[in-house]
Amino acid sequence: MKIKGKVWKFGPDINTDDIIPAPRLVSTDPKELAKYCFEYDRPDFAKNVKKGDIIVAEKNFGCGSSREHAPIAIKGAEVSCVIAKSFARIFYRNSFNMGLLILESEEAVDGTSEGDTLSVDAATGKIKNLTTKKEYMARPIPEFMRNLVADGGLMASIKKRGVV
Amino acid sequence: MGAMTITEKILAKGAKLKSVKPGDLINSKVDIALANDITAPIAIKEFYAVGAKKVFNRKRVVLVPDHYTPNKDVKSAEQCKILRDFAHEQKITHYYDAGEVGVEHALLPEKGVVVAGDIVIGADSHTCTYGALGAFSTGVGSTDLAAAMVTGEVWFKVPETMKFVFNGKLDKWVSGKDLILRIIGDIGVDGALYRAMEFTGSAVSSLSMDSRMSMCNMAIEAGGKSGIITPDAKTKKYVEERGERKARYYESDAAAEYFSVTEYDASKLEPQVAFPHLPENTRGVSEAKNIKLDQVVIGSCTNGRLEDMAVAAKILKGRKAKKGLRLIIIPATPAIYEASMKKGYFKTFVEAGAIISPPTCGPCLGGHMGILATGERALATTNRNFKGRMGAPNSELYLSNPAVAAASAVLGKITHPDAVK
Repeated sequence: MKIKGKVWKFGPDINTDDIIPAPRLVSTDPKELAKYCFEYDRPDFAKNVKKGDIIVAEKNFGCGSSREHAPIAIKGAEVSCVIAKSFARIFYRNSFNMGLLILESEEAVDGTSEGDTLSVDAATGKIKNLTTKKEYMARPIPEFMRNLVADGGLMASIKKRGVV
Repeated sequence: MGAMTITEKILAKGAKLKSVKPGDLINSKVDIALANDITAPIAIKEFYAVGAKKVFNRKRVVLVPDHYTPNKDVKSAEQCKILRDFAHEQKITHYYDAGEVGVEHALLPEKGVVVAGDIVIGADSHTCTYGALGAFSTGVGSTDLAAAMVTGEVWFKVPETMKFVFNGKLDKWVSGKDLILRIIGDIGVDGALYRAMEFTGSAVSSLSMDSRMSMCNMAIEAGGKSGIITPDAKTKKYVEERGERKARYYESDAAAEYFSVTEYDASKLEPQVAFPHLPENTRGVSEAKNIKLDQVVIGSCTNGRLEDMAVAAKILKGRKAKKGLRLIIIPATPAIYEASMKKGYFKTFVEAGAIISPPTCGPCLGGHMGILATGERALATTNRNFKGRMGAPNSELYLSNPAVAAASAVLGKITHPDAVK
């Protein structure tokens, strides 16, 4: 699974209300939720985000609520992956369950600026900053979790692989 | 078999293992699986999408539409209808609607749905509240919840435990809310990431059940997977008066291993206030100088219980909220509502100029029933003060216990309860 995209850089402790404010939780439609993704923090995000773009953030990304609307909104915005120094526990689980690829790497976050272009190999954890020509390693994602992303989430994977 | 913490013992029981240790991946049975009107619609959609026909146990799947009720608009009404239809189809025992609904984490303990020793998952981050009953409980997303609704099982990584010991006699205005705010202030909003938090010591033992629930409720605000207090005589009385199943009481072995142990002299603590825009921005109330307020909210799964209503009534008795300040009081469940009425708290609240809301999560998540305008400032007994949490993106939210909130409503600025003459 290889990805290339332009970076949107965020700070620490980006919470689920930042990702998708509670008044927007009256829908579960990815496209609808994507319209309000980072509505308060980065009002330009939903308008300008392009398919394949990458979110890069400091520590504890996704803290707060258990709402799956957060990874759904990011996925609805067609972001290809989120790289952070660390993720909040529930968000981490939800992201793979929703089929959103997320990676942990302190060095990649420190070496990346807004607007850089990254290429990411989920299998090896290799992150290349094509703007600065530097390379970093994230913790590699095991195959079964990559399959969750490839299948489009836990439930789709269960169905596809005939568990139920 | 090595020594275990209370959390490890409960998880070992759930996984039918003799012992577990931090880092073990286990598959556990689930005693209660909970969802609300925001998270259940996704779970229900996924339940049907995998071809499931029946929930694993209609008595153990709990549905509480508490966030956008009474329904604020057509979209939220449609979401609640998804729960209602599903609950009726599946004959869900613990589905609460209309005049029976309350804020989920106040409602479930009160109804005896959760008992000590349970393993509870909830598609709501504040599910960690039930640690106060001696249960292992944690928040999950809708997808994990959907899978558990089908199978009655969930996988966990056994967490390391951080122990927090509070010894000493608490000041009369200091509650469980203040202890947890202090911890979050010290370790930060990711200080307990992936870990269980265990609260102990003479000051914790002295807390009421209501106050213990507000303490465990906010474990998630430190990034914790769960918060727990070892059951004692108070817990047993509470659980046995209402529990619908047999409780199991566990305690940590003396030789159990902890990630960390932090000790506090509880007698030195004053009421705490979290400043915008994170719960970790905690300071003593004496440091909150001249912070004028437009609104005060007393309620939520953190502090909407009867003891919280009692404290607010004690301070508001014979006094008035500052003219122009909006004081909103939200008893968390119908039983708390009725008891508050019978005890005369409602008379006090009405005479103080407060608005009494029906049980709902309402303004806590900026949903409805008390939203802030641009530039407004509020103090709430709720659990999160993220940017825009209660309304406009540049509104400001402070967090405190109910005594500080009630006193601050009277003076129109954040204040120590003793300052109200």
